[in-house]
Amino acid sequence: MSVVTNTTTIGAIEAPSRRNTELALLAFAVVIPVFAYLNVGLAIDGKVPAGMAGYGLGLALLAGVAHLVVRKWAPYADPLLLPLATLLNGLGLVLIWRLDQSPRLIAKSIRDFGSFSPDAPKQMLYSAVGIAMFVGVLLLLKDHRVLQRYTYISMVAALVLLLLPLVPGLGADVFGAKIWIHIGGFSIQPGEFAKLVLAIFFSGYLMVKRDALALASRRFMGLYLPRGRDLGPIITIWAVSLLILVFENDLGTSLLFFGMFVIMLYVATERTSWIVMGLLMAVAGAVSVASFAGHVQARVDAWSDPFACAEKVAACDQMTQVLMSFGSGGILGAGLGQGSSDLIGFAANSDFIFATVGEELGLTGVMVFLLFYGLIIERGVRTALAARDPFGKLLAMGLSGAFALQIFVVAGGVMGLIPLTGMTMPFLAYGGSSVIANWALIGILIRISDTARRPAPAPAPNPDAEMTQVVRP
Amino acid sequence: MNKPLRRVAIFCGLLVLALLLRDNWVQFVRADELNAHPKNTRVRIERYANPRGNIIVDGKPITSSVDSGGNYYKYKRTYVNGPMWAPVTGYASQVYDANQIEKIEDGILTGNDDRLFFDRTLAMFTGEKKKGGDVVTTLSGAAQKAAFEGLGDKTGAVVAIEPKTGKILALASTPSYDPSTIAGSDDEKAWVALNEAKSKPMQNRALREIYPPGSVFKVVTAAAALENGKVTDINAPTDTPEGWKIPLSNREMVNHARGCANTSLNHALEISCNSVFAKLGDDVGRDKMVEMAEKFGFNAEQFTPVRSSASVFDKHSDRGGNALSSIGQFNTATTPLQMAMVTAAIANDGKLMKPYMIDQLRAPNLDIIKQTEPEEMSRPVSPETAQKLQQMMENVVSNGTGGNADLNMDGVKVGGKTGTAQHGEKNAKRPYAWFISYAKTSEGSPVAVAVVVEDSAGTDREDITGGGLAAPIAKAVMKAVIKARG
Repeated sequence: MSVVTNTTTIGAIEAPSRRNTELALLAFAVVIPVFAYLNVGLAIDGKVPAGMAGYGLGLALLAGVAHLVVRKWAPYADPLLLPLATLLNGLGLVLIWRLDQSPRLIAKSIRDFGSFSPDAPKQMLYSAVGIAMFVGVLLLLKDHRVLQRYTYISMVAALVLLLLPLVPGLGADVFGAKIWIHIGGFSIQPGEFAKLVLAIFFSGYLMVKRDALALASRRFMGLYLPRGRDLGPIITIWAVSLLILVFENDLGTSLLFFGMFVIMLYVATERTSWIVMGLLMAVAGAVSVASFAGHVQARVDAWSDPFACAEKVAACDQMTQVLMSFGSGGILGAGLGQGSSDLIGFAANSDFIFATVGEELGLTGVMVFLLFYGLIIERGVRTALAARDPFGKLLAMGLSGAFALQIFVVAGGVMGLIPLTGMTMPFLAYGGSSVIANWALIGILIRISDTARRPAPAPAPNPDAEMTQVVRP
Repeated sequence: MNKPLRRVAIFCGLLVLALLLRDNWVQFVRADELNAHPKNTRVRIERYANPRGNIIVDGKPITSSVDSGGNYYKYKRTYVNGPMWAPVTGYASQVYDANQIEKIEDGILTGNDDRLFFDRTLAMFTGEKKKGGDVVTTLSGAAQKAAFEGLGDKTGAVVAIEPKTGKILALASTPSYDPSTIAGSDDEKAWVALNEAKSKPMQNRALREIYPPGSVFKVVTAAAALENGKVTDINAPTDTPEGWKIPLSNREMVNHARGCANTSLNHALEISCNSVFAKLGDDVGRDKMVEMAEKFGFNAEQFTPVRSSASVFDKHSDRGGNALSSIGQFNTATTPLQMAMVTAAIANDGKLMKPYMIDQLRAPNLDIIKQTEPEEMSRPVSPETAQKLQQMMENVVSNGTGGNADLNMDGVKVGGKTGTAQHGEKNAKRPYAWFISYAKTSEGSPVAVAVVVEDSAGTDREDITGGGLAAPIAKAVMKAVIKARG
């Protein structure tokens, strides 16, 4: 039995810590958004924006703190994750600040709510809380395997979080999707946190049950079919996903959780049959819900031909605005601060912030952003590959898989590839829940990657080594 | 667990790939379609983000822009003497799009045109705001004023062309509207009122309305008869009995004039004999008539570059229909522009120049981006035929029904033809008064005019004649052009 296998991805032995690489990349991750900030200011006012120094220093400070914490408490962590997240968060702030200055959005806010307050300072605060969360994860979570202890607590927590928006008086219906709750003046999107908690639950649960789920099966038409009683978990998750779809009207959250579970089930059991079953169940569920639930049908209409129903349905009209925003960006975009993505109006800086990227930075900019997200996913998958314990593997894979699905659901939604959902682009969009939860996600991935890349402790000298001899028969 | 992990990694890669492909589809393949979508207000926002370039007549702008302070559309279009120039400029509205020159040359006026790329790039470095270029028209302020004031309260249209080049000198249509009133973002009332008005003020009668031409069409029939050798001597008697029978019918051709029997072509045009021209049209035959009409521009839309409606000469009529068509009745219908083209071709010794109203496109720094060169469209008649036609038309003015158009200026000859086109069921409606004419000096013809008066309030039905109503307007326009040339 060999101790070290499959080390082709990240060497487990004598790996350099790569902390200086991370620092250099972080410098870029701070400087690029500062330039973007300058660009917006020059485009809108024609002069260097007054807040540039403050913004640059703030971002640099947050990045610096995060870096020092990683350097001290997770020295072998993946060097790309932190700079990528910082860059996306920084650019997200710039985009939000840019939309804050739209006279049309200001006028709309005053008309609808009687006042206008800029979102960028709030998002800066949320980002700081997010970094604090990241630091907290690294400080408190010395070993990710600790999380395994909380498997069933996580399950309960996840269910509560998912169902909170349905509680009367607490949940809020925002543009058809019920994925928000209001507590004391704050709006929280519990789904973002549920994503993390569920990943922990799935990892813990599947690690224990994987053998039963993988081995006890019958072979049928080339597939290993699971036993009836082993179907319990997948059916439960499927049912919960459908409930979310029907009652919260949110395809994104539903798809995200079910997809994450199927991915982790497949990774844990190595059985293709789970994927086939998962796909079948997802299609069956989606089709049957779409055929009898009117609001889901409306979303599908808004997706299939938004221009046809734009006159009557607000969701269609909004989708046409988003598409035209992307279209007007063309290949190189209008330039930061020079587009008209504010025509989208509602949720321009949250759900639809990607349209601003599309309009002002163009096809080129959108592809760069997608590749940034792709890189985060890739580093997450590498972390999973390098992790030495099955729980870490599953957790890293679950988190990166969920991240990938979220990117797909959100970006695909705004670009009209799939029906639109109420989720937001991680780090980019305005919203405290999203940015805080995603910094926590990056924190967990960094913790797992640190454990994975940390040089294995030198084997203790074995006093019996010399005396032991191989006895050949 | 690593094998499924790698597979899932590939799956995640495919998700990102799908997004990249979709993005290329939306932002590259569909970009133009989405940008041009009528729902896309960006085009309009862009159009009014900076002061628009101007439309120029005689070196002076007839348009301008004012800062309206709106969140969506910053600058608003205004017009100098809007009603007079509306048939030329069209409108540019923050809500209702734009038309005519404002629409066709939108790229130049907003500064977005590819030909202004260099200016835009330069402005980017010098930090200047983007500016629109100007559209310099061929129109003459004096001629347009004469035409518009000549029409006055009447419903009608005037088109004047410089025969040598095809430059449009006047393009008036009444009743008109002031495009300034619908330029803003809250002009819905004015827009609805204009669109619902019975008098159709937004209709560009000079280009887009087709009228039965009546007797003014006889010059085309005369051209066909001369060109096809049916008449060689314009003063020789034509073999036409009074009460010439319309082929395939029992009806006789009615003449409003006396003395049409066997009269010459010259005299027939002078007093406007229906019988002579109906018979000549029949002698020439339908196909040759169609050929001649189409050489003058019938049956096709003209692009000046503002589109005109296609004038009609029926290609499929029977003999009787053709005879009636040849005196401008039956299915024959024409725009005022078309009749001005016919007149201009005759005045220009048989050479028809393509009519145009945009002389130059100018960059904001006054560099000329595009200069329209006069272009020959066709040669409907030979110079000899043209001269015979001129002789006859000049006779109409000096001795016949067109006396009201005579300029009485030294060295200026005027040729013309009147028309009173009856229309409506059993000719019950008030007839259209037509007049076409040209002026000619020793240096060639500076102007050809077509005037139609659709409905003249307060004029007795019996008094509606081309010579009485339309000729004075044509005279005023010709006079203005000649005076302006000094």
